[in-house]
Amino acid sequence: MSDSTPAVTREAAETAAADGGAPPREASSIRLEGLHKRFGRDTVALDGVDLTIEAGEFFTLLGPSGCGKTTLLRILAGLEEPNDGRLLIGGRDVTDTPPHRRSVNTVFQSYALFPHLSVRDNLAFGLRMRGESAAERERKVAEVAEFIQLGSLVERRVDQLSGGQKQRIALARALVCEPDVLLLDEPLSALDAGLRSQLQVELQRLQKRLGMTFVFVTHDQDEAMVMSDRIAVLDGGVIQQVGTPSEVYEHPANAFVARFMGHDNLFAITAVDGDRVETRLGRLRLDPAEQRAESDGWLLIRPETLVLGDTLPAGYNRLEGTVEERLYRGSRIEYRLAVNGQPLMVVASNLGQRMHAVGDRVVIGVCPEDLVRVAA
Amino acid sequence: MVESSLTASRRRAVVGETRHLLFSVTPGAAWITVFLVLPSLYLMAVAFMTNGPYGLPEMPLSLDAFRQLAGFGFLGWSPGNAYTLLRSLWQTFVSTALVVIVAYPLAYYITTCREKWRPLMLLAVVVPSWTNQVIRTFGWMNLLAPGTPLSDLAESLGLIGPHMGLYPSDFAVTLGLVYNFLPFMVLPLYAAFEKLDVAQVQAAQDLYASPVRAFWHAVFPQTLPGLLAGTVLVAIPAFGMYVIPELLGGGKSMMLGNLVARQFSGGSNWPLGAAGAILMLLATFVGLYAMRRIGRRLGGGEEVVI
Repeated sequence: MSDSTPAVTREAAETAAADGGAPPREASSIRLEGLHKRFGRDTVALDGVDLTIEAGEFFTLLGPSGCGKTTLLRILAGLEEPNDGRLLIGGRDVTDTPPHRRSVNTVFQSYALFPHLSVRDNLAFGLRMRGESAAERERKVAEVAEFIQLGSLVERRVDQLSGGQKQRIALARALVCEPDVLLLDEPLSALDAGLRSQLQVELQRLQKRLGMTFVFVTHDQDEAMVMSDRIAVLDGGVIQQVGTPSEVYEHPANAFVARFMGHDNLFAITAVDGDRVETRLGRLRLDPAEQRAESDGWLLIRPETLVLGDTLPAGYNRLEGTVEERLYRGSRIEYRLAVNGQPLMVVASNLGQRMHAVGDRVVIGVCPEDLVRVAA
Repeated sequence: MVESSLTASRRRAVVGETRHLLFSVTPGAAWITVFLVLPSLYLMAVAFMTNGPYGLPEMPLSLDAFRQLAGFGFLGWSPGNAYTLLRSLWQTFVSTALVVIVAYPLAYYITTCREKWRPLMLLAVVVPSWTNQVIRTFGWMNLLAPGTPLSDLAESLGLIGPHMGLYPSDFAVTLGLVYNFLPFMVLPLYAAFEKLDVAQVQAAQDLYASPVRAFWHAVFPQTLPGLLAGTVLVAIPAFGMYVIPELLGGGKSMMLGNLVARQFSGGSNWPLGAAGAILMLLATFVGLYAMRRIGRRLGGGEEVVI
């Protein structure tokens, strides 16, 4: 037994290596317990947040502006102090630890690169403040510059960089310190759409490769779904739901989450009768798994699950409506229908079928398994 | 045929452009020539002439004025002028340093205030300079003269002798200089602080810099251009200051400006005054050059506009 590595760790490393990623680091799990944060007398930014983020997770804080997501991120960084509650990183209570003593680095929304320093000195800043030797700094900076493929830019000044380059330098400046946790505050919001989707993929790959815990803040639900292992949806300083992207999208915990995830077809339930619910669309039969006795809440119908056509598969709910608007999106066609005076969105994949025209009378098939009850 | 017409049109264009240039440059050039170049040349000429019996410059050319400026007179060498020069340099240095010490935190404080209050606070800094300098200096004389509350307080604390008053003194001159030049330091520093992104300070702390080191490595270097610009705006006029030492120094705390002024009025020695003015000019250029060098080195190659 010359190999002294514990078997479990070795196994984890091997599994991770097989996946092409690094094993998650022990130190990087995060626990938030009962966090409260007020600004001034009556602005409540966080109202009792309890959350556990696993080591090596790509975790996204999602919500509209003013929901408290950035405040939460700043508390993780140590730039904001909670009024109440505890914060543990890697099992250690760091609630009162100042930012410069936390092994946490941030990619700021405005990048916050130092304009008086060259790219190289920007990258080396954290290492220098931590007291690493010049040789060590040079080696690590060269490595990280190579890593983000911007090695040729190190002599430049910050104002000579493009937006995308600045974004990468800001990321590299944080990564080079090899923190336990990397915080990203809407780092892609200033970039144009093409660069943005490219960097979304790159960031996600990078995180898997490093096995570092990433906490990502965004207001864009598509971005959150594409990148994250898990998402926490925040509103009014309270976590509304935590789950994987598919959980949050397909089974939103409440009407706010459903609307924020982009769902339009949300109908108030007025009465419940066995496996049927009454809405202003009409009576619809639910899957037994969704049956609940309460007669409040909402019914969620995802537009892409609806079927337009005269012949419906057996067991489908049948609705009738009129096409009010048609949007041609290339790969799909969106219809806004009126069903019993209620607007209903339908998204059909463009498979070359006949398109319905505005004013057409159509039959809509609703599969009971695709209906989801959402709490108020 | 075609070629020659082309050249002709080009020539016409060149002539037109030249005329346009002449029209736009001439007034400025004339102004500078009449009010700067010619007087400076005259001043230099005077400095190399001999002092006549009525204090007016006369031929022949000589270096007498510079010899006198260096302290050589009929009675051999005296240190008076050297003292004046050194006092000027020292007063400039001390007042500029004090202005920085007051202005730096003040400018920072203004940037941390609510946006709607900032113009008002800057106005409060600037407004005094809308009043004539002489009048403001008289104000200080009234505040610091013997028998005033401030002087009595200083006397009871044992800072000054009985019935001395805080004015006239070197202290009064320094105070007057600091007070007078404060806005010239606050404004460029405020501009530097306002440009600064708060996120950069937080980024520095996020990257393991303690608050002190965050200031030193992220904030201070970025305020340096403002600090240098302010130093130039304060130090150069302070060095040549005439009114404040004249009034608050009570004739005892003479600076170079006073020395020069006296040669053109009471003392009546135009060549000596001209030589003093040239010395002042040279010292100013040396100071400016040094500032540029410092700015370039510390500003990381960024040109500091002075």
